[in-house]
Amino acid sequence: MQQSTRALTLTLAAAALLLLAFPFAESKFYTQLLSKIMIMAIFAMSLDLLVGYTGLISLGHAAFFGLAGYAVALMTPQYEAPDLWTSLPAAVGLCAAFALVTGFLVLRTSGVYFIMVTLAFAQMLFFLFHDTKLGGGSDGIYIYIKPEIRLGETSLLNLDDARHFYYFVWIMMIAVYGFLRTVLRSTFGHALLGIKTNEHRMRALGFATFRYKLAAYVLSGALAGLAGYLAALQFGFVNPEILSWHQSGAVLMMVILGGMGTLFGPVIGAFAFVLLQEMFSNQAVLGAFAKHWQLLMGAAVILVALYLPGGLAGLLARPGRKKAIEADDG
Amino acid sequence: MSETLLRADGLHTYYGASHVLRGVDFEVAKGETIGLMGRNGMGKTTLIRSMLGLVRPRQGRVSVRGEDMTDAPPHSIARRGIAYVPEGRGIFPNLSVRENLVMAARPGVDGRRDWDFERVVATFPRLGERLGHGGGQLSGGEQQMLTIGRALMTNPDLLILDEATEGLAPLIAREIWSIIKTIRASGIATVIVDKNYGAVMSLANRCVVLVKGRVVFSGSAAELSSNPEVMHRYLSL
Repeated sequence: MQQSTRALTLTLAAAALLLLAFPFAESKFYTQLLSKIMIMAIFAMSLDLLVGYTGLISLGHAAFFGLAGYAVALMTPQYEAPDLWTSLPAAVGLCAAFALVTGFLVLRTSGVYFIMVTLAFAQMLFFLFHDTKLGGGSDGIYIYIKPEIRLGETSLLNLDDARHFYYFVWIMMIAVYGFLRTVLRSTFGHALLGIKTNEHRMRALGFATFRYKLAAYVLSGALAGLAGYLAALQFGFVNPEILSWHQSGAVLMMVILGGMGTLFGPVIGAFAFVLLQEMFSNQAVLGAFAKHWQLLMGAAVILVALYLPGGLAGLLARPGRKKAIEADDG
Repeated sequence: MSETLLRADGLHTYYGASHVLRGVDFEVAKGETIGLMGRNGMGKTTLIRSMLGLVRPRQGRVSVRGEDMTDAPPHSIARRGIAYVPEGRGIFPNLSVRENLVMAARPGVDGRRDWDFERVVATFPRLGERLGHGGGQLSGGEQQMLTIGRALMTNPDLLILDEATEGLAPLIAREIWSIIKTIRASGIATVIVDKNYGAVMSLANRCVVLVKGRVVFSGSAAELSSNPEVMHRYLSL
């Protein structure tokens, strides 16, 4: 066990450090692409807490992502930058509050009904922003100026700069990973795994499982909000598409593709998903066929589902913890 | 008379249209050991599950230490010191042995911390050798020990064991029985359901026999052995 987990930790740390060096070598386009991927990685990790660790399959996770995006866009004065210190906590807090309220309702259901109800809430938000003037309707809102943190005359962090933004996202991604690892190592995390296996049994053991699930739901929603906040700042605009069920489906795909219940799997999944999408839709690579990129994307997902039931993470370590625990035998 | 821990009055429980419990009264006092007996399908597990809030009785009352818990959720009944070792075990295969145990740790109702990780591991040395293993990789007997150990981690006043030795090799079963004896000696009340009537009767202060959802006998093991009718008709002994 020691050896295989240590090798895995080293691989992940090396990959993270490689990412750190990336913007010095490559073009602005790829720096931005990788920033986008890391944002999606945060989004996917937040969903893994529900899908992979608590056994709650949500098809409405884009609700939090989009809500935070709209929150920052609406809080931004038209010709000024949003204030990072107030808008970030406000957007994340709003998502947590939204998760708390909707969680009370959606967590009364389970299985396929949970999927339907989470989808329904996300669709409600989608149409709220799509059909009203609240957020500029289907055109969305632009965020013209990005936040900057200055100390006197020197700019410490300017999110308008692709590299600054990249490092800001990198730190966020590592922080979210570390935070979730700590949470999952606690009794709370073990209780979530217990709920995933058998909720009745956890209740017979004296765990008020509803509260645990609600806490996980709120935490997951808040972190998805962090991702949505970053995405809105990166692209400089929000429109109802970021709330759509396609978005919820894409992040669920990243979690499954990467390997749910591993936390690093969804990160790999986000990289694989976005990079494959880039490659398959690139005319320089595939010529005219590139417009049918969704066909290839679907095939890739099917292949992973068929041959790698543990997701891409399964290539690094067989289904998560089980392998680590098994290896202890030898 | 010592304090009543768990009490059921006139329980009627249904599974769909079938009337499983037909007015059962049941009581466990502090420190008492009760053998709950009866052939398959007579309602033993249903009685336990009804008292724990896992199945809702249609009629009757359940109380813990005199407090009405008839409509309480299972976790709040468990929090009042009632631990359950279900039939067919109940380990979490995706957690390691250590995690299975530590997760459940909490002080008892009066703040007691008699049972902690170290004591459970000392009681079940086999588990101590397998702390890093996944719960799903243990043998049947080890899984049973893990479930009992986990129940003890909650520092219960009452431990309910449903078919704790079913399907285990005789040697392992004997080990489980000796552990149950230790637990009983430590002052924890127990309700034991088991096919091994001999072992149950040698431990129990009181035996309760269920037949078709009704209590047909309640008394000491000695009284039960001197009642050939109950023994033969209802327990096939």
